[in-house]
Amino acid sequence: MTRPVLWNYDLDDASYTVRLMASLAGVDVDLRAVDVYPGAEHHSPGYLARHPLGRVPLLEDGVVQLRQVPAMLTHLARTGPRGTGFLPADPVGTAAVEDWLAFAFRDWLALSAARSASIFGDGVDLDPLRAAAIAALRVAEDRLVAQSLLGSGFVAGSAASVADIALFPGFALSRDSNIDHDAFPALRNWARRIRALEGFVTMPGIPDYH
Amino acid sequence: MTRTDDPVALNEWYAVASLDEPGAAPQTTRLLGEDIEIGPGGGVRSLATGEALRTCEKWGLLFASFGRPPRALFDIAEARETDRRFVPCGWITLRASGLRVVENFLDMAHFPFIHTGILGTEPHTEVPQYASEIRRDVDEVWATNCTFFQSQIAATETGGDFVHLTYRVPAPFVVMLYRVCPSAPDRLDAIALFLQPMEETLCRAIPLMWLVDTSSTHAELLRFEQVIFMQDRIVVENQRPLRLPLEPRHEIPTRADGSSVAYRRWLKEKGLRFGTTAGAEAAA
Repeated sequence: MTRPVLWNYDLDDASYTVRLMASLAGVDVDLRAVDVYPGAEHHSPGYLARHPLGRVPLLEDGVVQLRQVPAMLTHLARTGPRGTGFLPADPVGTAAVEDWLAFAFRDWLALSAARSASIFGDGVDLDPLRAAAIAALRVAEDRLVAQSLLGSGFVAGSAASVADIALFPGFALSRDSNIDHDAFPALRNWARRIRALEGFVTMPGIPDYH
Repeated sequence: MTRTDDPVALNEWYAVASLDEPGAAPQTTRLLGEDIEIGPGGGVRSLATGEALRTCEKWGLLFASFGRPPRALFDIAEARETDRRFVPCGWITLRASGLRVVENFLDMAHFPFIHTGILGTEPHTEVPQYASEIRRDVDEVWATNCTFFQSQIAATETGGDFVHLTYRVPAPFVVMLYRVCPSAPDRLDAIALFLQPMEETLCRAIPLMWLVDTSSTHAELLRFEQVIFMQDRIVVENQRPLRLPLEPRHEIPTRADGSSVAYRRWLKEKGLRFGTTAGAEAAA
């Protein structure tokens, strides 16, 4: 059986989200490095033929070709030998996962924007970006505090779901934008629980030690 | 912020842009505390005073200086060898003094802990003795005879081995690494890191590599360097103070820090203040 191919860029947080999900679900993927910066290879005709939106990552698994990260996460969870636990079977759990997955790919993107500007920006005013990122972090912090009162350690239940994996990189990489973790104790504890999952991997900017 | 009054910093050359990047519109960036504008034709002027900065072009980079650099840019012999792969890696911004970034680049002791599985692996943590010196004839800092056990020394290699490294600091905000090339042991790969000091504790960095490597793809070579650099970024941003202390008693070096000791001594002799803790005291 041929392995899924992930076209990705190592410094990209969305690419890492998919690498992390694949590793946690026990799916071996073949990685193809795309020279996003400085080469802008994701805007080259060759890459655009595969991905007309010109973004990384891109996941190809047989006839399945995925360009949207949430679809990649659920696909890997469904197909990986350790993946099914990341997708609850009951309607209540599924509803919470879908709600927090949507949060991860909407409001939580403020963290990604702040990080990009901090790393690749050149004197951009970071304050409004960091303020939006901190506002999103507070929402997740409050959710995790509420969850802990119910005895649940993760955003959508008592087990890590695809929504937690979608949220992890934004928090773990927030120090790239000079946002410290000290103000978010519930998120810190949650991040420790994710780090303890079998198959957990890091990326540059997320220390192996913690 | 305003432009520093540190004459040593003002009279240096700094890389401020890649020549392959300029678009039709002028770019705005910052150098030594002052906003500058880079025109599409490569001219650089201060946005505070309107005055034009001295400029020169080398290695695909645009260099600028507020002052009168006492000498031309140094030479990189490997850059003139036409069979090499030239890999400019792109600019990365760091919230730290550029001098801290140079010092981290010189350090080998962190390899197994920060670049685990790439530039080092526990338990191979020893930094074997090496020599470091200030070369008076060329006014540069060198660290020679450096060796370190690395698990993947270059994009072409998979097995671990001792690498042979030479470090060179040709200017306060530039640092270089020469590495015995794994696929051609009689030649040296050359990697240079150019810092653009924007503020005392904010800089941009661009690594350039001149490699003897015929097998790796350009994306693989970039990936190797960028991953390592981003692992370093989080370490450098978390060093305190953000500025580099030059007072010998401020931090306690070990034998493995010989190159850093020489670098700090050299900067102190030059009287550089920008990006050092002395610069912070002067500003206070």
